[in-house]
Parts: sequence; C-alpha cells; structure tokens
Amino acid sequence: MNHAIEFEALAKRYGTLAALDGVSACVPRGQVIGLLGHNGAGKSTLIKLILGLIAPSGGRLAVLGQSPWRAHALRRCIGYLPESATFYASLSGRELLDYLARLKQAPRGQAQALLERVGLAHAADRRIGTYSKGMRQRLGLAQALLGSPELVLLDEPTTGLDPQATRELYRIVGELRADGRCVLVSSHLLAELEPHIDGALILRQGQLLAAGSLDALSEQAALPAQVLLRPREYAMPELIARLETGGLSAQPRADGRLELQVPRASKLRMLRELLTDPAVVDLDVREPTLAQLYDWLGAGDRSTAEVAA
Amino acid sequence: MNPILTVAGKEFRDDFRNRWTVALTILFALLALGIAWFGSAASGKVGFTSFDATLASLTTLGAFVIPLIGLLIAYDAIVGERDDGTLLLMLSYPLARGQLVAGKFLGHCGALAAATLAGFGLAVAIMQLMQPPAQTLQAWLHIGRFILSASLLGACFVGLACLISVQTVDKSRAAGLALIGWLISVVLFDLALLALLVVSGGNPVERAVYPYLLLFNPVDVFRLVNLTALGDGAGNDLLTGMTAHHTYSPLLLYLVMLAWATAPFAWAMLAFRRKEV
Repeated sequence: MNHAIEFEALAKRYGTLAALDGVSACVPRGQVIGLLGHNGAGKSTLIKLILGLIAPSGGRLAVLGQSPWRAHALRRCIGYLPESATFYASLSGRELLDYLARLKQAPRGQAQALLERVGLAHAADRRIGTYSKGMRQRLGLAQALLGSPELVLLDEPTTGLDPQATRELYRIVGELRADGRCVLVSSHLLAELEPHIDGALILRQGQLLAAGSLDALSEQAALPAQVLLRPREYAMPELIARLETGGLSAQPRADGRLELQVPRASKLRMLRELLTDPAVVDLDVREPTLAQLYDWLGAGDRSTAEVAA
Repeated sequence: MNPILTVAGKEFRDDFRNRWTVALTILFALLALGIAWFGSAASGKVGFTSFDATLASLTTLGAFVIPLIGLLIAYDAIVGERDDGTLLLMLSYPLARGQLVAGKFLGHCGALAAATLAGFGLAVAIMQLMQPPAQTLQAWLHIGRFILSASLLGACFVGLACLISVQTVDKSRAAGLALIGWLISVVLFDLALLALLVVSGGNPVERAVYPYLLLFNPVDVFRLVNLTALGDGAGNDLLTGMTAHHTYSPLLLYLVMLAWATAPFAWAMLAFRRKEV
C-alpha cells in the first residue's frame, strides 16, 4: 500500500455526460499533489469519488487501500476542505470544531490545538457568522486536520485569501508533507500552487492529460525557458541581428526589453554567452511555469495554448 | 459517542439556541392556560371549568398547531444544509447518510417533546396550584397521555419534514411542500372523509370502514387517543359520534402513531442514501 490513492480506468457518468472518462493514476503518500483543470474538468467529481460520496460508474478506485464508496469508517482517515467552505454561522469556532471532533472521534483537546495552529485561538469563542472569509477558510483547514488524517483534500483552498493567509496555508501544507501525509490540492491559481507541490494531475473534460512529478512533466514537455534581456539602447538592432544568426528570434517588448525563447538543451550555453555580452545590461531567466505546461498540454483555453506554442 | 447521538445533540441544542424550544414552551403553556380560563367563554362564563373540558379543547387545538410546528422545525433539516453549503462537509465525515437523517430527526423530536413537556407540564402545575379541585392524580395521567401523544404527533410531522427536506432541491420548495402536507393532513383529509360520509349517507359498509379510515391520518389518531379516553361530552362530537360504536384499543392507537412516526422518517433515510450529492 505505497499509494494514498490509486485509480484505474475510473469513470463517472451522469446520464450521457461523462464527468470522468476512464482516468488512471496513482498518488503517492507523503507528497503534495496539485489537481488541476478548468471548471467542469472533473476535479470535484474526482474529489467526491475519493470521499466515497458518489459511486464510480466504472473502473477501480482505492483510497488508503480501500474502496471508498459508502466506507464511512475510512473517512476518519481523510480530511476535506470544501470549496468556499461555509459552516454553521450560529456556532462559535470552538463549538464547531468540538462537534466535528466528536463525529470524527478525534482526541479531546485536539480542537484547541488546531485552533492555535491555524491562528484562530483569539476568535475561538466568536460566532462563525462574524468571521472574515480568511478566518472561515482557516477554520475549514483546522477541521480538515481533525483526527490527524492520512490524506487531506483541499478544494480551492486559497480562493479569497490574502497573500499572508495563503502563505500561512501553504506553510501548514508543508508541515503535513513533512509529517508524511498526502495532500491533494485542487486549484486554478497555477503560479501560486507551483512552488508548493511535488506533482500534478491535470484533467480536461473528464480525461487525465498528464500525471506525475513536476520535473518529469516539464522534462516531457521540454518547454523553452524564457529569457528577458535589457540591451544598451544603441546596441539593440545589433544584438537582435547577432541573436538571429545564433538561431534565436528576439521579440522586442513594450518595456524596451527583448524576449527570447531558449530551448532547454542550449539554455546554459546561451546564458554564458549573454552574460559576457557587453550589449546586455540586465537579464532575467524564467523557467517554464505550470501554467505554460498546462497550456502546452492543452488543458487551457485553445487560444492561449496556441500562443504558448 | 454514536454519531447519531452526536448529531441529535447538536440539533437539540441548536433548537434551544434559536429560541425554538423556549418559544414553543411559552406558546404551549399560554394555550393551555388560555383555554383553561377562557375556553368556555362562549357559554357565557369566564373562569376555570373542568380539567377534562380543557384537555378536549387543547386536543382540537393541538391537532392544528403541533403538525405545523413539527413541519416548521425540521423542513430545512437536510435541504437547509444543502443551501448553506455545509451538506458536503457533513457527508465527508465518518457517518453514514442515514445516521445524519436519524440524528436530525431525533434532535428535533427531542426538542419538540421537551417543549411539549415543559409547556403543558407548567400549565397543569399552575392550574393545580390555583384550582385545588383539579389536584387529582387522574389529571396528571390525562395530561401525561396528552403530552406523550402530542410528542408522537410532532414526531410524525418531523419525519414528514425530513422526507420533504431530503427530496427537495431548495428551501423555499421544501417550505411550500411542508405547508401543502399540513393542509392535506389537518384540513383536507377530514373534509374528504366528511364528504364521503355525506355522499354515502352513512350506509353500513361506510360505518364499518370509517373507524379504520381515521387511522390513515396521524392527526385523527391523536384526537382518538385523547378524546376516547376522556369519554362523552368532552367535545368534538362529530368525531366521537361517528366512532361511538367502535372501541379502539389504546395500545393499537399508540402503535399506529408510532408507525406514523417511523414510516416517513425511514423513507427519508432510504431516499437520502440513494440521493446523488
């Protein structure tokens, strides 16, 4: 049982509509995995299947070594933060966590520890109705951690959070990883998610476009790195010509910089040359982002995919 | 602790916190006291008449009010959580769907029973304090039976409310259906029986079947439980008149009420298990 989640040819159909159409992948333990895709790509369906709230129409799914459908005891080992979580507004944060802790048979006193961990101890006795969006989201994270679950599912956890709160959230996600738990984070905000995940599952229209570690995925895609150059003004035409002969087309940008797409294989050689080039004042290297990878795979909008290519 | 009891405890406390329980207690106590002292105003006298007459009037009134309260207290049990977005969260916890419905049902029934006991109990205590002739053991037995049957009647409609709540997609539709349910069981059912009686002219078959038709509505069973026990002259002559020649066993009546309390609720549990979320 090396994998937290394993699925094979997993399908979920609603009438004739296939929300998930035969996807296969494994999610290893002790990793943070991003679940990516547009609305309607099948992310929520996959999360509901993992929680055992809906039955698969076909294929095999094992969560922590068990089939999750109606296995409610299994859910004691799973924490879940729903998208834009709302809670009973008339309860206080502490009352909610105490109630949910009893349902999850979590040890007494854990609620208080979690409130402190997510920084809500000062507001624990206030009604949830008075909480800000960020506080509600932190409370949602606290409840997802009740009972020290093996697997934590976070559905769009950072929507509506300010940067400070987002950093806090990913700090806790990092602690979970260090603790050997598996975390599955679904998100639209690729750039924000990228530094925090070990791998990704990318869905489009019910199909799995790609799965694996970020390194392996970018290796596979072989996307070029983007280099931004600030040339000396008088040297600009000459520099463009020089780059042309080297086989690179430089696009001037509105801010006066030049944009280059440098293939992975020749990246280091090119950079060495550019660094010693007297015509270059400043240089900025951007590695391919998850967003570009996503576009390259075609998960994104058609038009943006073509632009990236 | 059992998840059903955890959910039930939370719902019970919520009803208390939302002032449902306190408001109902006061309502029940005022109804009982009002009827006790002003119930015979139509006959020209104001003041306490008799305990049995009070109870008979309370039965008639309770048959209208308690179903409505049962429906109102629980119609949003499941659909409300769906509207508020907490349903998915609850279902992600280690409890079966049936357990969630069962917990909500028991919690609301408990709150309603507590309000019934406190409200009517308080009223009887006041009556006995102020009217020494009413200080009889029998009075307590009658009011005990009334409280028990009223709680069961409440449970029937909390169960119906749970069923409506599971089957509807939003709160406003659930509220509408709950009101229709109330109208059918409290008003239309009896009107239909009456129409049947008028049309058939009370032929022997009709007379033989009629007492059993009453068992198809928990509201009528509630009236039977209380009025048959009070005996003649307690009020609601139509009901007692039609069923005078038929003796109901109290045990049967309670069993029928119990069946009415469990059937819609059990249906709600099953329906919720099959529901796509």
